[in-house]
Amino acid sequence: MQKTGYLVLEDGSVFEGMSFGAIRETPGEVVFNTGMVGYPEGFTDPSYCGQILTMTYPLIGNYGVPAQSFQNNIPLHFESSRVWIAGLIVSSYIENSSHYQSVLSLSNYLAENDIPALSGIDTRSLTKTLRTSGVAKGVITFKTTHLKNPPNRRIFFKDINKENLVSYVSTKEIKIYGNGKYKILFIDCGCKSNQLRILLKQNATVIQVPWNYNLLSDQKGVKFDGVFISNGPGDPKMIRETIQTVSEVLKRNIPTFGICLGNQILALSSGADTYKLKYGHRGQNQPVRDQKTGKCFITTQNHGFAVDTKSLQQGWESWFTNLNDGTNEGIRHTSKPFFSCQFHPESMPGPTDTEWLFEYFIEQIKKYKKI
Amino acid sequence: MKQTKKLPKKVLLLGSGALKIGEAGEFDYSGSQAAKALKEEGIKVVLINPNIATIQTSKEIADTIYFLPVTPFFVEKVIQHEKPEGILLGFGGQTALNCGLELYKRGIFSKYQIEVLGSPVSSIEKAEDRHKFRDFITDLGLKVPDSSTCETIEQTEKIANSLIYPVIIRSAFSLGGLGSGVARNKEEFLEISGRALAQVAQILVEEYLEHWKEIEYEVVRDKGDNCLVVCNMENFDPMGIHTGESIVVAPSQTLNNREYHLLREIAVKVVKSLPIVGECNIQYALNPKNGDYRIIELNPRLSRSSALASKATGYPLAYVAAKLALGYALSEIPNQVTRATTSFFEPALDYVVVKIPRWDFLKFKDLNEKLGSEMQSVGEVMAIDRNFESALQKAVRSLDLDYEGLISDELDRKNIKDTGFEFYDLTATPSRLYNLGFNLFYGQSIDDIYALTGIDPWFLDRLKTIVDLYKRMLAESPSSIKRETLKDAKQKGFSDKQISQIYYKKEEDVRSLRKKWGITPKVCQIDTLAGEFPARTNYLYLSYLREQGDRIALKKKSIAVLGGGPYQIGSSVEFDWCAVNTVLTAKKMGYRTIMVNCNPETVSTDYDIPYKLYFEELSLERVLDISDIEKCPFIVSVGGQIPNTLSPKLAKSGVKMLGTPYKSVDMAEDREKFSQLLDTLHIDQPPWKKLTDKEKALEFAKRIGFPVLVRPSYVLSGRAMFVAYAPDQFENFLSQSTTFVNNDYPMVISKFIRGAKEVDFDGVSQHGEIIVSAVSEHIEHAGVHSGDASLVLPAYSLSSSLKKRIHDVSSKISKKLSIHGPFNIQYLVTQTESGNADVSVIEANLRASRSFPFVSKVLNTNFISIATQIMLGVKVKKITIDDPVNYVGVKVPHFSFTRLRQADPVLRVEMASTGEVATFGRDVHEAYLTSILSTGLPCPKKTALLSLGGEEGKERMLRGARILARLGFKIYATSSTCRFLNTNGVKADFVYKVHENNHPNVIDLIRNRDVSMVVNISDRRDLAFKHIMKETTDGYRIRRCAIDMNVPLFTKATIATIFIESLEKYTVDTIAIKSWAEYIKNSKRKTQSSNIRKGGK
Repeated sequence: MQKTGYLVLEDGSVFEGMSFGAIRETPGEVVFNTGMVGYPEGFTDPSYCGQILTMTYPLIGNYGVPAQSFQNNIPLHFESSRVWIAGLIVSSYIENSSHYQSVLSLSNYLAENDIPALSGIDTRSLTKTLRTSGVAKGVITFKTTHLKNPPNRRIFFKDINKENLVSYVSTKEIKIYGNGKYKILFIDCGCKSNQLRILLKQNATVIQVPWNYNLLSDQKGVKFDGVFISNGPGDPKMIRETIQTVSEVLKRNIPTFGICLGNQILALSSGADTYKLKYGHRGQNQPVRDQKTGKCFITTQNHGFAVDTKSLQQGWESWFTNLNDGTNEGIRHTSKPFFSCQFHPESMPGPTDTEWLFEYFIEQIKKYKKI
Repeated sequence: MKQTKKLPKKVLLLGSGALKIGEAGEFDYSGSQAAKALKEEGIKVVLINPNIATIQTSKEIADTIYFLPVTPFFVEKVIQHEKPEGILLGFGGQTALNCGLELYKRGIFSKYQIEVLGSPVSSIEKAEDRHKFRDFITDLGLKVPDSSTCETIEQTEKIANSLIYPVIIRSAFSLGGLGSGVARNKEEFLEISGRALAQVAQILVEEYLEHWKEIEYEVVRDKGDNCLVVCNMENFDPMGIHTGESIVVAPSQTLNNREYHLLREIAVKVVKSLPIVGECNIQYALNPKNGDYRIIELNPRLSRSSALASKATGYPLAYVAAKLALGYALSEIPNQVTRATTSFFEPALDYVVVKIPRWDFLKFKDLNEKLGSEMQSVGEVMAIDRNFESALQKAVRSLDLDYEGLISDELDRKNIKDTGFEFYDLTATPSRLYNLGFNLFYGQSIDDIYALTGIDPWFLDRLKTIVDLYKRMLAESPSSIKRETLKDAKQKGFSDKQISQIYYKKEEDVRSLRKKWGITPKVCQIDTLAGEFPARTNYLYLSYLREQGDRIALKKKSIAVLGGGPYQIGSSVEFDWCAVNTVLTAKKMGYRTIMVNCNPETVSTDYDIPYKLYFEELSLERVLDISDIEKCPFIVSVGGQIPNTLSPKLAKSGVKMLGTPYKSVDMAEDREKFSQLLDTLHIDQPPWKKLTDKEKALEFAKRIGFPVLVRPSYVLSGRAMFVAYAPDQFENFLSQSTTFVNNDYPMVISKFIRGAKEVDFDGVSQHGEIIVSAVSEHIEHAGVHSGDASLVLPAYSLSSSLKKRIHDVSSKISKKLSIHGPFNIQYLVTQTESGNADVSVIEANLRASRSFPFVSKVLNTNFISIATQIMLGVKVKKITIDDPVNYVGVKVPHFSFTRLRQADPVLRVEMASTGEVATFGRDVHEAYLTSILSTGLPCPKKTALLSLGGEEGKERMLRGARILARLGFKIYATSSTCRFLNTNGVKADFVYKVHENNHPNVIDLIRNRDVSMVVNISDRRDLAFKHIMKETTDGYRIRRCAIDMNVPLFTKATIATIFIESLEKYTVDTIAIKSWAEYIKNSKRKTQSSNIRKGGK
């Protein structure tokens, strides 16, 4: 028999559902994602660290979960080596394993990863609540006593944005992937595997370093042609060290490409500001426009913070904007090879329309290094 | 929208003509949307479409309308006449696209300096020519199935040995997969390819991807190379079943991210490379074992799938495609739903959509129900919910086939535990879905079913969920139902009725129980962005998978209109026209209108039309749910038979309905009550009786004299009707269909009057007084279903005194029944020996009829608009319309017999046509000829085959044969016909029948295209005999062959004669190229002001 579980929001609202993952009380920031496919990729995206994810697509679990396997030391079917969401909320959980790649059910997968999950929840109403009131602090609980009398609110409802989430998800040691022509210093703030995969396809050697890797104090003097700043969870302002490193990189005129959190880091390093969006962008259908060319792209997104376009310093310009709400989707330097995007050109999950940005990055490296 | 583009001033839009299998109402929807998109820009829209029942052929939609054939010949004439600057080819299905390609090849566009808007013709050609398409795709480094092309029988013989079977045979330039089939061995291959090559010049032989998944993507692209995928869809039935024949679900359910986005990426690549400007559809096969794919085809135009995708997502593909054709960028077109975002986005669904095709095989006798790569369905339904189970069961109920859900009531409770049960055959047929439910119920494993059918276990698992819940309920029954079970059952899409049957309760008891427990469906809004942005439109569905519904405004001044449900034989676009016009009229009067319908091929389910659209099943339960939510009155008399049948039940449940009192509706529907009413009014009717006993039935038939017509009551298009010409036939019929004669299914026997004229009286009454009316006459004599008959307005052979008599009789009936709204009465007119005429009533329908759009457009008076005003309480004064003097309107049926491989293309009491066209002319002959040409038939070239059964048939065709001879036609005739003609001074050449085993026979003649017109009058007795014995007669072979070779075929002397007379008076060159407005400009009507007033009573 399935166990009843509850999602409690800070405002006191309670959503009752049935458990299909781990039975464990978990706090988190409740967010929603509108993508219709790609849950194995999504759940292992480190940017979700600390978040209770609501899927707006009502049927989740349809094609089971593939096996964890590695190619070039990079997970083949997942975006990292573990599940990062704090909890999962769906309308209907579908247990099925007919897909040829499926080796276990989503339910078992979540249980194995100790992630609580609830089904049978009116996710549309929850989504609309989040849309109108903004992302909320919440807790998945199985204790009915906690419904009426939640324990100490400050502890019960954790504010994940006060934490340095990046430090949890970033690599702990330097790792080198591939043996390509272009050496990329890859600042891992909680990267998705596909960023590594695509760079390797582009004839790169990727030197993956932790978020707080100190360029100045590196005595061995790692050599690189370009710098990549990955995506990652939480408030970008929490990771000062990374901002400092990138500021140093900018001084050295090294081609730099940032994605998602990387966009925010690049902005902060250049003196611009970031802010928290009401409910963020999470989905695979976010339209962005290249401000110069007018070209539009459908992108995958997963972010709660954004760059304040108005705060961009001289020499910097907004590159992409979101067609839905006009928020910043990327910045670039007007003369130097520094650029970044708020969306995920590496997709996984999602559309592959902007994968060309990686090629663009390599081209810039070529141009500046005159390789 | 910024007006920065250089826009054409006048654009020609091509429609798709009659509704037919493979091209149905979806093109009314796409054409209407295109016209709307153009008109917003101030562009004059010229439309060619002979389908008079469409919404697009309305003054509100298009500026100038031509009811003319969509053929290169006539389109060029219209171009000469109108001088448009641009043309749209992608909104009228394959008919419009093929016509456009032909015009392009003939250099017409460059000759008249017309710009083809949207995708360049070079792209269309690349996509349409299978050979070019294949090369194009492989050049892109993408995969297509292994294939080769053949143009001759010799070529097919050459490759037959080297093929890896199974293979699929397709023909180029076809709509809905015409002429394709699967061959599993050499013999089958040679047979199918031979048949296909008789129809088309080139066939394609492909690797057959058995049990691969079939996936479709709908893609849009603008001139600036911005491209996106609006929707993907997955077929429940794997490859091998035409997508129009498949259950389809949106979005795909079994694809993972890599598969979904790999196919998306390919779609974008293909569309950008072609390139497409506007919309296109791309179909894939996906190997379930390894994720390998093949591109199957690409449609560079709006399609049935795109209409479905539009309805499934709320993304108005046709509207957007038309704007893109004008040069707009996707990001310049506002999102029509949110009005806050742009059209450059990919809809995110937070629900599941299921489409199920609707077949009408019962209506076509002799038909094998097997489904395959050819389309045979006549309509479809769509259902929306937040899980697959419920969406599927909703869709099943929406089909209007008396299925309450996946599990049919054929299950025998006692047998549940039986193990040695024999499973149903799971061959793809219209019943397969229910057979799956049945087999799962009796324990067939999902693995076994998958091996047999290739239906993905994901879908089978969902079906099993339904089956398991059903079993759980059976196990609980008959003890009282538990709250949890009831909630579960409602969430899985069980109807109150089915639940009530399981628990031996009454439907209304289940309803009140669940309402007591607070188990009610909640309103859900389709917002295109899964809740991320609020929607400004009210595109709605109901779901039990919500705790709280979306908040929707409830307005005091609201009315709800029930739409027509799925297109089927007998209920088609004409009822959509009626429903839409009701909504538009009420809207003008200041009402908030609510539409309920479940057919994605319609304009009524365009969320732009009503204020609120409930895309929902037209069941009693659901309409009551909507009534509970909206608490407004309903109009049920404009959507055809489905809402009409609901009206007594709704009345019983206390739902307020506008229009004629339901008791009158019931009186008209109930044959006995109606008959009594006619008797009291001293109105004649053919003798009839309702009987439940065979002996008595025979006795009665003998008493009134043969032939007799046998039919059940409460039918729309005469399903199971039968004409018996002699007692033995009648007895034979009775012995065959025993199940139909019992107390539950009484049979109505009536005198079948031969040689009588049939007349349709369409009217609108106000408190019993007729306000406006029209009398149309059938060309065919009584005995042909009114839906299959050719209608002429004004009636061409009735005297004015006879018309007055018909009007008087109608007035009496209208008064007696207090008709308040639209109605239709069918009459028989027989000439008596004294030269007078007898008028008798066949039936009355107190609802809008099939001919409402026709009479409204011919008389330039919108009957539905008047009816709506009346129903909403406006006092309308009597309108007298003078019969048009300068023109005549003729409506003819369109049959889809080419699609129905074995159907006998003969007219009978049961309706078989899938659509209709209507055109205007100076007289009945010009209009009839234009109409026949509008159904896609070529104008005959001086050769004809006559095969006339029986003395009577010969006599009746003699005058026509003489005209043909006079026109210089070379006449071929079969044995006795030939003798008869020669004796009567008509020169005819003898030709063998098939059974005479000699050549050249009739079939050779038709196959070799030695005749360009066939008249085959069958002896009615033979037809009845064939009906019972199912034997293949010579007549059948002749008819079938004519249909397969697209040779005009006439099976009634009446229409054959009028057609021949038309050929004597007109040629294609002398048919007038006149728009609708030019015809009706002098039409006269005396109107005592019927201005639409704001507000009701």
